[in-house]
Amino acid sequence: MKNLILVTTLILSTLVAFGQTRTIPSVDLVDIDGNSFNSSEILNEGKPILINFWATWCSPCKRELNNIAEVYDDWIEETGVVVYAISIDDARNAPKVKPYVDGVAWDYKVLLDVNSDFRRQLGVVNVPHSFLVDNNGKIVHQHTSYQEGDEIELYEKIKKLANGEVLD
Amino acid sequence: MLKPKQLLLIPSILFLTNALHSQNVFQEAAKDPLEIHGNFNLNSQYYLTDSVIAAPTVAEKFLMNGYANVIATKGAFSAGARYESYENALLGFDPRYKGSGFPYRYFSFENKGLNVTVGNFYEQFGTGMLLRSYEERDLGLDNAMDGIRVKYDLGNGIRVKGLVGRQRYFFAKGDGIVRAIDGEVNLNEAIEGWKDNKLKLLVGANFISKFQEDNNPDLVLPENVGAYSGRITARYANFSLTGEYAFKENDPSADNRNIYKPGQGLFVSASYSKKGFGINLSAKHIDNMSFRSDRTEGFNNLTINYLPALTKQHTYNLAATLYPYATQPTGEVAFQGDIVFRLKKKTWYGGKYGTRILINSSLAFGLDSTGINDQKTTRQGYSAKFFSPGQQAYFQDINVSVERKLNKTFKVKAMYMNMMVNNLITRYAGLNGSFNGKIYADIAVLDVLYKIRPKHALRAEFQALWSDQDMGDWGTVVLEYTYSPHWFIAIIDQYNYGNSVEKNQIHYPYGTFGYINGGNRVSLGFGRQKAGLFCVGGVCRVVPASNGLTITVTSSF
Repeated sequence: MKNLILVTTLILSTLVAFGQTRTIPSVDLVDIDGNSFNSSEILNEGKPILINFWATWCSPCKRELNNIAEVYDDWIEETGVVVYAISIDDARNAPKVKPYVDGVAWDYKVLLDVNSDFRRQLGVVNVPHSFLVDNNGKIVHQHTSYQEGDEIELYEKIKKLANGEVLD
Repeated sequence: MLKPKQLLLIPSILFLTNALHSQNVFQEAAKDPLEIHGNFNLNSQYYLTDSVIAAPTVAEKFLMNGYANVIATKGAFSAGARYESYENALLGFDPRYKGSGFPYRYFSFENKGLNVTVGNFYEQFGTGMLLRSYEERDLGLDNAMDGIRVKYDLGNGIRVKGLVGRQRYFFAKGDGIVRAIDGEVNLNEAIEGWKDNKLKLLVGANFISKFQEDNNPDLVLPENVGAYSGRITARYANFSLTGEYAFKENDPSADNRNIYKPGQGLFVSASYSKKGFGINLSAKHIDNMSFRSDRTEGFNNLTINYLPALTKQHTYNLAATLYPYATQPTGEVAFQGDIVFRLKKKTWYGGKYGTRILINSSLAFGLDSTGINDQKTTRQGYSAKFFSPGQQAYFQDINVSVERKLNKTFKVKAMYMNMMVNNLITRYAGLNGSFNGKIYADIAVLDVLYKIRPKHALRAEFQALWSDQDMGDWGTVVLEYTYSPHWFIAIIDQYNYGNSVEKNQIHYPYGTFGYINGGNRVSLGFGRQKAGLFCVGGVCRVVPASNGLTITVTSSF
């Protein structure tokens, strides 16, 4: 217990001292074609980015990405947002990711995080889990799990970011 | 393990980097802000005794697993630690997870393509057939390395990794030392003029050696065991092919009953996909490939490699928790086919919004092997034909699922599957005890989502499992109401209505209620949970039957 208090105090005091900014950590990933890809290359020329962690075995994840897929063209047109769908499928399912993504015709940029290194660096406990990145490349919002309709509020935030507004 | 005093060192190191301006990497990092992030997870349960479902009395009444990760980064520097607490561990977790501590801490930096990690780390070479250290916190599985890892990106598509370490064993470390090196070359980047080549090629190879003292009084055991593998990924237009072959030198262990036969494994996977259609065919041969840093260990402890099942990872409760399959590391031959396609929208067959269809089938067999009676001489144990399925079928599964959005308010998903699991191999012990033989089952699922208003939805799942063996027929109903983005409530009832033993025809009702906000999620659950297998990837944990109140809190920050 003493340890826990110490760690908590340490974190809080550091947060106060430095304020809260968050950039995308640098982790080696693989793109959907098997090429190495560092997460620091997740960019969108000064427009918002949605980073979404998912897996082929996760029903709510697929529901979320399928729902966003229906409106993705409108989102791009209105805000220029780009979606990076990070699959945490391990060696068991990783070979099935590309056939799945193509099969359901997603237009997202898909990256593979086969040993959950990126997931760990971003503190993701369970999938789905999404992060919003603002026009300056800073992570400004996160949301865990998915419920039908979550994309409505998410999109309100993306529109604000696209307009250069600050999220509250 | 990390003491609080040592933990204080981490920020001190980071602060110190501000002061050091002698090297570029420090100078650059000095300009970057210090960022501190992490997560927190708490799983706890108040247990009630329930003799009907054979839920045991828990002496402590209340059990809890919890952890928090904290990671600090400043430019190219990163340091982190995890505090874990099991007071005492939840039922179904290994009781050696006991007490609290800091079993995970690391410091790493990156400088011009060189990446060094000291302390704990997770790593995977290729498909993991020879080396994968990883964590599945919900399974209580964590074989993190403790040691040193160096990664070097030499540019031109050439990457090298090397590591030396010992693996985590609950709150201690395993006996054996793991030494490993891996190299990978992207030929399209490495060879001049290949950049725009239509054929994309990636090759890799690795060597792993483990050391463990020989303290066996009867046998002369190899103290150093080597293993090596080669892999290739090739792509041409819409086709891709990936494969890994691994060979392990003789490695007598508790898993293979101390035979001196070498092990080998082959995994091949081929895919073709274009927009609206994808297919994947995979096959593997595994022979004597259990590989641990302690030859006496069992279960999921101190595994160096990862041998996932070549089967579909089901999500519906009855399909996922009753009879899942896990790889038999001592030997199996397995095949899987997976097809995903979309029926076009605005057609008579695809409906207004289109239809997604997923077809999957898998088969697993024992090895085609012949026993050798050489216990007193060469101790090879058996000989097996390469990539030849044996007489003994271990598992089979064929399943089809169809998903369609009917209109703006209704979405429907239907799944049917037919499966067989050989319980002489998998040894599931259900309520009726262990069934000796093959269990055949048909499973059907209907999943309906009704969108009441844009942010309000009601989802219902109706699942049925029919079987003439083991526990017989099951039915499951799930009702879930969600109010985006914060609230959810769900009830589930599983009913073993077809159990041949009348007193085992039991209902398992369970309700959960929760709140989500940003990176936080809090949920309360109450009711019965049936005994079953909880699996992630190809690894499973036996969850005993329980009744009571569960409290779960997760937070990412």
